[in-house]
Amino acid sequence: MEFAIKIANIVLGGFASGMVLFIVSVGLSVTMGLMGFVNLAHGGFAMLGGYCILLTMRHWGLDFVSALALAFVSVAAFSVVLERLLYSRLYRAGELDQVLFTIGLAFIMTASVTLGVGPETQVIQLPDWLRGQTNLGFMTYRTYSLALIAVGVALVVGLWLGFERTRFGARIRAAVDNRRMVSSLGVDVGRLFTVTFAIGSGLAAVGGGLGAEILGLNPNYPLQYLVYFLIVVAVGGLGRVTGVFFAALLIGVLDFILKIEFPKGGTIFIYALTLILLLWRPQGLFGKKGT
Amino acid sequence: MRAAEEFARRHRLQWWEALPWLAGIAVFFAFPNYLAFSTQVVITILFALSLDLVLGYAGIVTLGHAAFFGAGAYTVGILAQHFGWNEPLSGLAAGALVAAAIGLVSGFVLLRTHGLTLLMLTLCTMTLLEQAANMSAHWTGGFDGMPSLVFQKILGLFSFDVLYFRSQYLYSLAILFLGFVLVRMLVYSSFGQSLTGIRENVRRMHAVGAPVRARLILVYTISAALAGLAGGLFAQTTSYVNLAVLGLERAAGVMIILILGGYGQLYGAIIGAIAYMVLEHLLAKAYPTAWQLGIGVTLVVVALYVRNGILGLAESIWRRLSGGKA
Repeated sequence: MEFAIKIANIVLGGFASGMVLFIVSVGLSVTMGLMGFVNLAHGGFAMLGGYCILLTMRHWGLDFVSALALAFVSVAAFSVVLERLLYSRLYRAGELDQVLFTIGLAFIMTASVTLGVGPETQVIQLPDWLRGQTNLGFMTYRTYSLALIAVGVALVVGLWLGFERTRFGARIRAAVDNRRMVSSLGVDVGRLFTVTFAIGSGLAAVGGGLGAEILGLNPNYPLQYLVYFLIVVAVGGLGRVTGVFFAALLIGVLDFILKIEFPKGGTIFIYALTLILLLWRPQGLFGKKGT
Repeated sequence: MRAAEEFARRHRLQWWEALPWLAGIAVFFAFPNYLAFSTQVVITILFALSLDLVLGYAGIVTLGHAAFFGAGAYTVGILAQHFGWNEPLSGLAAGALVAAAIGLVSGFVLLRTHGLTLLMLTLCTMTLLEQAANMSAHWTGGFDGMPSLVFQKILGLFSFDVLYFRSQYLYSLAILFLGFVLVRMLVYSSFGQSLTGIRENVRRMHAVGAPVRARLILVYTISAALAGLAGGLFAQTTSYVNLAVLGLERAAGVMIILILGGYGQLYGAIIGAIAYMVLEHLLAKAYPTAWQLGIGVTLVVVALYVRNGILGLAESIWRRLSGGKA
């Protein structure tokens, strides 16, 4: 029984942080798969979402859930503006120009937040019904982590349905596999991308807010966690929603175990495993070969 | 015909190629109070130059080049701290050798991939080294690093002066000069040409029977050695080593510097390092809290409106002024 509780602890804790990784990274995976655009500023949208939630709750007295919704909408809208005005000019440019642009953008976001809010780490106040513990019958566990898992599962089911069962999703999947072919069939890939980009950024914003409890929220967020988001995307495979989901859970659980068992430098195993895995399967665990 | 002539002549020295070195010496006399900063600029130029060789010429997109910088720095530091091997020149050579060995092994394993996979693999390799350095605290000092390293006089003549950085600056400038001459010879050699060929069209290079992988591994190793040299210089001139030499910030920073200056053009490394570091220095001094905003805006503007960095911008302005068509 004690062993079962220990396992349950690890699984729940790891899943909770895995869900955050998933919600933030899924947009990055799809947009990178769709346009081949190296968006190193993606974590910036997550951070903006977190701050949006923090500030609307603090100054406008919004409750947590409506703040989340507002963050999704406003960051998605903001990202569309950026995409149309700036990103779209660089689709044909080399990946190095894209790196320069998106790192510059991440710097701007970091600096703006430092100037506007301050350099310190912020805490988002959770509503009462998400605090405390929930009784699961054989053990109690943090309500918030359970809520995170529920939200993550709901999201992946929703995204999977949208991806696999709708016309729009079919177009995205087709465009990830062969963009030229899809555009010659008359699909406006540019618009497809704008919509996906907006949804991805909005989800990142939600992930930034939900994950503030686990990852923290400070101006250095965009580059601090970039490596984790990129690992999730690379392991999951480009443009694969379910791949990103399983990769995020895997890394969440691994990270959780290693931080408990080897608090000093345990994360070294995550990098080593990623290295071995990508050498074995360069397209990621769930990616398709030969792209 | 003219294009062919230009191609045959472009490796010859031009008069203006002496300017950077004259400027480097002029800095020594003109800004005696800024020699510590200038030394760092010189080291960053060498580091960016090593990255240009793989990124700009061979088209290997790596986000883990600080692995070699750090390997050089830690080798020099560990030799000086634990083995009393503090003769500077041989220490540098050892740093370059260790970095080259890591470059050879990792290049052998990693260079079969490309794109995002290669980016992640280089990044993970660097992070592995960083974590290893963090964990083996007995050798590396762990998180605190190795402060106050002591080195002998350079060639037995010039001691490292802690206050004015005079000998450090000239020493670094001399090493940079040697490194630059090597890189310049390499990129204009037939070896360098084949690298450009690999960057532009790998399939065709395979088709003409060029040993693509062997060349990529070779240039990766040479580049690693140069980055190790830069790292070794960093350890010797600042007399400390810590984990920051291996971090993502350094790797991303040098990449930005190179793209900003213009990659694959030899002088882009020099211009990029000077432009970036001077801008950062001035902004940090004037606006201690907001300097990152200025840097970010600069990067975004350059990426959007300038093709091929500052050097590309200068070239297009020059062409317009001299009235010639592109």
